[in-house]
Amino acid sequence: MNSLIPLFVIIPLGSAFLMVILERFLKNICKVITPFALLSLLILTLHFILRVEDTQIYKVGGFEPVNGIPIAIYMVIDGLSKFVLLIISLVGFFSILYSLSYTNQYTSENKFYVLFSLLIAGMNGVVISGDIFNIYVFLEIAAIASYALVAFGVEKQQLEATFKYQILGGIASMIILMTIGLIYWNTGTLNIADIYTQISNQNSLFLKFVSLLFVAGFGLKAAIFPFHSWLPDAHSSAPSPISAMLSGVLIKAIGIYVVFRLFFNMFPLSHEIAMTITVLGTISMIVGVLLAIGQWDLKRLLAYHSISQMGYVIIGVGIGMLVIVTGGDKKIAALSIAGGLFHMINHSVFKGLLFLNAGAIEYRTGTRNLQRLGGLAKFMPITSSTSFIASMSISGIPPFNGFFSKVLIIVAAVRAGYNWIAFFAVFVSVITLASFTKVQKYAFHNNDGNKWLKKNIKEVPFSMSFSMIIMALLCLGLSFFIVPEVRDIFLNPAVQILVDTMEYSTKIVGM
Amino acid sequence: MIVYILCFILFLIGLYGVIAKRNLIKMIIGLAIMEYSINLFLIVIGYVEGGTAPIITKNFKHSGFVDPLPQAMILTAIVIGLATTAVLLAVAIRLYKKYGTFDIDEIKSLKG
Repeated sequence: MNSLIPLFVIIPLGSAFLMVILERFLKNICKVITPFALLSLLILTLHFILRVEDTQIYKVGGFEPVNGIPIAIYMVIDGLSKFVLLIISLVGFFSILYSLSYTNQYTSENKFYVLFSLLIAGMNGVVISGDIFNIYVFLEIAAIASYALVAFGVEKQQLEATFKYQILGGIASMIILMTIGLIYWNTGTLNIADIYTQISNQNSLFLKFVSLLFVAGFGLKAAIFPFHSWLPDAHSSAPSPISAMLSGVLIKAIGIYVVFRLFFNMFPLSHEIAMTITVLGTISMIVGVLLAIGQWDLKRLLAYHSISQMGYVIIGVGIGMLVIVTGGDKKIAALSIAGGLFHMINHSVFKGLLFLNAGAIEYRTGTRNLQRLGGLAKFMPITSSTSFIASMSISGIPPFNGFFSKVLIIVAAVRAGYNWIAFFAVFVSVITLASFTKVQKYAFHNNDGNKWLKKNIKEVPFSMSFSMIIMALLCLGLSFFIVPEVRDIFLNPAVQILVDTMEYSTKIVGM
Repeated sequence: MIVYILCFILFLIGLYGVIAKRNLIKMIIGLAIMEYSINLFLIVIGYVEGGTAPIITKNFKHSGFVDPLPQAMILTAIVIGLATTAVLLAVAIRLYKKYGTFDIDEIKSLKG
């Protein structure tokens, strides 16, 4: 029992409730509490990564297992959870620093911070939960907060986007809840580790049906290919720091993470599911980038690229799953999964940064239509240069972080014998570069930008530019994850959890 | 078995409502029907023929209990469903104020 684990939910949830009460008396209290809450979460996560090794669990209520059957609600922190928690608190902290100036344009700023804390609480809860029903509960907390945040501007477009997002998100939640019911019906337990021990030697039609329902439910939350249509609307309509959170973190924490956790550590691995996931990942990679080319709305373009980049994460881990299932070399599987997870943190940093840049442009010029922009490089040098770094990073240009993760995925795909996936990965990367060359040209160069001179456009306020600079430095700094010593600390524990699929349940049931 | 099939049919009716109806309020009702079907399904899973409430009293005779866990799950799910429906209805009302209609075909400023 590690009693620090519940803090990941208590800190953001508690600060959300505290802020609702205190904002009546102290007007600016939210702008103080939220950054400190996020900072403390970041420190807590780093403490777990650097100081606490091995899997840690916390039993809510302190109920000990009866006859080896877990009965309490378990909260679990292992390598994979730590890794996703790092993504959440890192991007969350810089988004909230950015928001401090950005939210000035809204009338009820305090509500923004309350909802933001709820969003963080929900995501942290999903990641540390060791129980599928609890995953559903926290997922809904995060989802409801994100519905409200997408509609935060209450303009026509935001409301329409949020309605679409809510209807599809609602269907996804219902499918997930029904599947949880089906699993409980079959096994009589909700604990992920315990479910694994019950179904690990089954290979029935029922399990395949349940797995496909989970792919549909969490695929909708993660915007994998046939379920992607809500993402461009929702992510482009939200306020920019929220777009950074949604694209950078939310689809990973409540979509991709849960898919990985359930299909590696709960269901017995099956070739069909591994193939389904990999093929869907490949298609969403291609479809996302092809849809992105024709966009002129900057944030919409970035949202389509999110679908495409999530495809890389999925194929990275999917190939690993295929290799393990077919009994291939575990080293290749580990390499591939490492590439996928590495791309996950890279994507959250550079896509977060790109959305913050888009927000900065919209904050000063009032438009995000690329055809009406141009020549901003002179007037907004920090936005321009950080956006350049993020664009190079997403297109996979060395020495930025996107290059290394893409190389890992492609090398692993070739060594595992999936040359067609490697080909598509390179192809998509080239089109991504073309698309971001367009962004750079039309937003920052193209013309001399004399029209901005008249409107007196200048660089964004300090808190916004500061978080953009730090995120840009992170784009460079995360490249060091490729160094074996650093990889051992941050990346390999997470990879290990996914490669040794049985370890998770034996460890937790034994505790 | 027939009960499970009926629950599933109710789920599909809700799904049909969400997908086929063009009115925002009817879509929300469809979503609510889906949710109730799942609540029913969970209750049915926990039902034991002739079971009693799982409370141990003084003159307690063991005759099989109804599974209490799905009931606890449904209580949580109902609260979550309430919150989701409330947010959806709030958004629908705001949309009506902006567009003057509940018809989904006339609400389309987002394309591409």
